Amino acid sequence: MAATKPKRGGKATPFDEMHLAGGGVRKAYAKYADWLHSAPPHLLQRKHEQADILFRRLGITFTVYGQEEGTERMIPFDIIPRILAADEWSHLEKGCIQRVDAINAFLHDIYHGQDIIHAGIIPAELALTNVAFQPQMLGVDLPNKIYAHIAGVDLVRVGEKDFYVLEDNARTPSGVSYMLENRQSMMRLFPELFANHAIAPVDRYTDHLLANLQAVAPVGVDDPTVVLMTPGVHNSAYFEHAFLAMEMGIELVEGQDLFVGENGVFMRTTEGPQRVHVIYRRIDDDFIDPLAFNPASTLGVPGMLAAVRNGWVTLTNAIGTGVADDKATYVYVPEMIRFYLGEEPILNNVPTYMLRNADDLKYTLDNLAELVVKEVHGSGGYGMLVGPSSTKQQIEDFRKRIIAAPGNYIAQPTLALSTCPTYVDSGVAPRHVDLRPYVLSGKQTRVMPGGLSRVALTEGSLVVNSSQGGGTKDTWVLRA
Amino acid sequence: MLGRTAGNLYWMARYLERAENTARLLGGTYRMSLLPRDDVGTSHSWESLFITDAEKQKFLDTHKTFAPAAVITYLALDLENPISIAASIRAARENVRATRHVLTAELWESINQTWLEIRAMTYADIKDMGQYEFFEWIKERSHLFRGIVHGTMRRGEAYDFWRLGSFIERAENTAQLMLAKVDSFQGPASRQENAVDFYQWGTLLRSVNAYKTYREIYRGAPEPRKVAELMILKPDMPRSLRSCIDEIFEILNRVRRNTESAQLADVQRAMLITGQVDKIFRSGLDRYLTNFRTSANHLSSQIQIDFMMVR
Repeated sequence: MAATKPKRGGKATPFDEMHLAGGGVRKAYAKYADWLHSAPPHLLQRKHEQADILFRRLGITFTVYGQEEGTERMIPFDIIPRILAADEWSHLEKGCIQRVDAINAFLHDIYHGQDIIHAGIIPAELALTNVAFQPQMLGVDLPNKIYAHIAGVDLVRVGEKDFYVLEDNARTPSGVSYMLENRQSMMRLFPELFANHAIAPVDRYTDHLLANLQAVAPVGVDDPTVVLMTPGVHNSAYFEHAFLAMEMGIELVEGQDLFVGENGVFMRTTEGPQRVHVIYRRIDDDFIDPLAFNPASTLGVPGMLAAVRNGWVTLTNAIGTGVADDKATYVYVPEMIRFYLGEEPILNNVPTYMLRNADDLKYTLDNLAELVVKEVHGSGGYGMLVGPSSTKQQIEDFRKRIIAAPGNYIAQPTLALSTCPTYVDSGVAPRHVDLRPYVLSGKQTRVMPGGLSRVALTEGSLVVNSSQGGGTKDTWVLRA
Repeated sequence: MLGRTAGNLYWMARYLERAENTARLLGGTYRMSLLPRDDVGTSHSWESLFITDAEKQKFLDTHKTFAPAAVITYLALDLENPISIAASIRAARENVRATRHVLTAELWESINQTWLEIRAMTYADIKDMGQYEFFEWIKERSHLFRGIVHGTMRRGEAYDFWRLGSFIERAENTAQLMLAKVDSFQGPASRQENAVDFYQWGTLLRSVNAYKTYREIYRGAPEPRKVAELMILKPDMPRSLRSCIDEIFEILNRVRRNTESAQLADVQRAMLITGQVDKIFRSGLDRYLTNFRTSANHLSSQIQIDFMMVR
């Protein structure tokens, strides 16, 4: 468990990204604050409207599940950036790289020698009975021993130097297209701000991504064909899939476009079958191969697992990566860092109660109104309870679900997420934010400066997920 | 290029072309509806827009009469009607959405914008805007899409499949437009010089933007055989069957030699090159056009088999 105890949410004033507690503005925001305070209100309103038109015309949408089929919505974009100073960023950058390196080492280990289990650091049953553990991947050697080629580390800030990792998103993290489009839009809307700030650019992300994907091609392939595999146009992140494929200049394929043939995976083109070597797949393990996993899947490719095991094709992220990023394994990431890298963790974990332990379960059930409870395998803000902002009835309903299957849940203290000034109906007001930097591995582990800042637009809300009414902001990392 | 992507581009082009043609048809009919009935006859009534009995019946399932407002709404805005302009734009947009990574951002932006606008429209909006302006707006959007494609798209496979779809659909629509008026083409000779015909041929030509061309080539008032010759056989008339098939033949041979679809196009082209309007009329214009549509459908299926992994 993390050494420092985070501040609890609720009464205490959360950390303000822009303003100092005693008045005044933090250094990174100095120039921006001058601009903001001298900007007439109608200018902000106009920029806000322009941003809306820009995003709508570009068709930057996502699909909301559980609503009328094919409902497309825009993720609200906030015109006020979230700004990080060079030294703040450097700390986060090192911390993210450290975590992802440790996670990749863990994944290779767990599918090979399992040293970390033999050393008694991670309980065998936690890893091996995990639903995301794929025994079919045991003993399979992957290029450069990389499993999580693309990771999105969710960070929250509770104090000047206190950042916590909420989760590592090592399967198929989404949102990076918003990071890129947000920056494009901000440069179109506020060129003068870019002229007087030295903001680290993010637009080489797709170049780095493609280079990393090419670097993990099967051995002996000199000029690999890389494709991006999408579940299809109705997937919530389809826009992003198309965007990334276009930026990298690679084919955007669906399962129906691919087949496993003699010694390889092929795509059906206008000129006949063409071999593919690396598949950046944005489709879950369960759906990737109906012969090996969910037989009802029509999205996958029969024989894909066998192709991976034979080394004919590289899947990114690898099959079975999920075992490292579920909320129960998360607890052990600091131990992984010590075990594999021999380093002390740079970023904190949030103290986590494992409800499969009787003590933790009891504590949690006694303090539901104070805690955040999450499903071990949940994502996207679905199936979670935020105690302080829930009604008595919601808490009691959730209590029943926990008691029915305690092993499916973890609990964490409600963190006082930092706030950032945000343009809302009533003007500029503080709203809670998090940060998801994107970490690429393959050739060299690196992080784009910044990442996606998500903002909970409802006053007081701590849930930043787009599926739950969150918005996004451009994230500026200032050069030193 | 993925076969599926080629299919998306092909269908996107077809749907956009279809939207434009429906607008042309509606615009022509609207124009006629403004003239006194004695001068224009009834074959240009709103009912004539429905060519087959099945289409008529489908409309009457949900409407009492062929009232202008009902027909315009049905053919322009009704999303339940798969051939309406709005439904065509929606289908085109879905195809663009599935292939955005090979298209320019401008194209997506303009189609998306058009969809967002037409989706929100009611008949009252069309009336408010002016019916004529509405049809012009659709045509202008279509010109814009085509202009963006011509001006921004790399001359590669994507461009080729887009054009294939456009020309197949256009040929299909020209044949369909003539089939709808086939009775007046083949009417008794005595009827062919009255005012009704004058307006009919005028409208038909106008709806394919060929009125001026006709005057230029043939001079004098439109006559059925000459109109048919222009719309079927003239290689330099951009909506004629001949010019569409010429383009298709050229593209198919460039994309990949010796495909079955290229052979089919070759046969159709030969038929049009050697065609004579008098012979066509002798053996029956409707038969000729029906045969053409059948072979065009056949060609379209073969293109999908050859290139788009449709099996």
